[in-house]
Amino acid sequence: MADHTVKSYDDELKNLHEDILRMGGIAEAQFASAIQAVTKRDPDIAALTVKGDAKLDELNLIVDQRVVRMLALRQPMASDLREIISSLKIAADVERMGDYAANIAKRSIAIAEMRPVKPLASIPRMGRLVQHLIKDVLDAYNERNAEKAKQVWLRDEEVDDAYNALFRETLTYMMEDPRNITPCTHLLFVAKNIERIGDHATNIAETIYFIVHGTTLNESRPKGDSSSFLVVNPDDEAPKA
Amino acid sequence: MSMMANNLGTSAIGARTDENTPEKISVRDLSFFYGETKALKNISLPLYERTVTAFIGPSGCGKSTLLRCLNRMYELYPKQHAEGEVLLDNVNILNPKQDLNLLRAKVGMVFQKPTPFPMTIYDNIAFGVKLYENLPRAEMNERVESSLRRAALWDEVKDKLNTSGLGLSGGQQQRLCIARTIAVRPEVILFDEPCSALDPISTSKIEELIDELKDHYTIAIVTHNMQQAARVSEFTAFMYLGELIEYDRTEKIFTTPSVKKTEEYVTGRFG
Repeated sequence: MADHTVKSYDDELKNLHEDILRMGGIAEAQFASAIQAVTKRDPDIAALTVKGDAKLDELNLIVDQRVVRMLALRQPMASDLREIISSLKIAADVERMGDYAANIAKRSIAIAEMRPVKPLASIPRMGRLVQHLIKDVLDAYNERNAEKAKQVWLRDEEVDDAYNALFRETLTYMMEDPRNITPCTHLLFVAKNIERIGDHATNIAETIYFIVHGTTLNESRPKGDSSSFLVVNPDDEAPKA
Repeated sequence: MSMMANNLGTSAIGARTDENTPEKISVRDLSFFYGETKALKNISLPLYERTVTAFIGPSGCGKSTLLRCLNRMYELYPKQHAEGEVLLDNVNILNPKQDLNLLRAKVGMVFQKPTPFPMTIYDNIAFGVKLYENLPRAEMNERVESSLRRAALWDEVKDKLNTSGLGLSGGQQQRLCIARTIAVRPEVILFDEPCSALDPISTSKIEELIDELKDHYTIAIVTHNMQQAARVSEFTAFMYLGELIEYDRTEKIFTTPSVKKTEEYVTGRFG
């Protein structure tokens, strides 16, 4: 579309867009190092990751301020309005992703102090899945590509499946040996955090769809997280891990 | 996405109109000529009863011309003529046999600049009424008061009805003109940039007034101020170079317009 008659309006929109992309980049890196902290059992990486979250909070505040200012001073309409309102939502989603990454990093310190449990092996795979979702949803945002966003939205199901499998597996390990309970509980939270990060990526995908089309993605998405309803009894056969 | 209602663009939250709302005025295939120049190109749109419709578009797009066709104000000038139909309650007012005085009593107009007559506040209102009706004094008093009340001016002028209308502030003068228009009991009121000469507070008062008036009258408003169109109207027509580019619910025009030109205009990307 053509530029605005008032050039500074375009500059403000561009700054907003760049702040969101910067936040996305930081969240991506934060998440990658959180996973690394878990898999490499490295408390230094963990500490750096926890510290790094402040930058995201700070940028989120800046985005909020920019949005409030633009709403008040520019009175945006139509696609501009969608873009600006959506920035607020996306920034909040990315900020939450950062919080979850920081939490994973914190738990990695506790996990590293205990002997490794077997379900740990599933974490890198789940992490990779979600890393791809983050990367693709940020690309979709940058390109204003609603189709790409929709693909991310659909792919979240894989993450849910991985989480369900891990949930079942950890419960079984805990039943086998009470000494597994502490590391497995931490691990469960790590996995849940990864799964939540995936959910925020799908939120962002929905928002991108809204920016582009002005309508919501209202097909029903396959809801994969069934762990809320899962019951595993000690008498059940242990899964063949 | 709970914050954003489903189909934000098409469903109108709190809409006053539905498919049963009758068309008070139907513009059908209307073209307008200033001499040889075609200023309106085959415009068709409805004005729904007791609803505010806004006409927006850049200067020279034909929005004021369209408004002036709705009460044949253009006939004051030579070499101007309209083709097509403008139906008011299903009667074509472009028909040469149409009584113009009767038409303009039914379809009142408020202009950009307040135009009070150089007479008392009371007579400003009574003058128009006398053209159409012969009211006893008491009834005329009542008509003047009710018109001023409906125009939200009564409290400010009730103690000085016999002073000149020209002594009022710009915003008060504009409300006086609205009262004068209301006094002849029109069915439709046309506003041609009613706030462009007013300060923000007077503007808000006029907007509030329009909001109240729509319970009784069908309203069309031409405005350069897009936010104003967004605030006061339920339907918006976007015009460009004499053509109707898009007509839809105001909410749709300002959130998800269907035509790219409209999008560019409402987001300030024109040119």
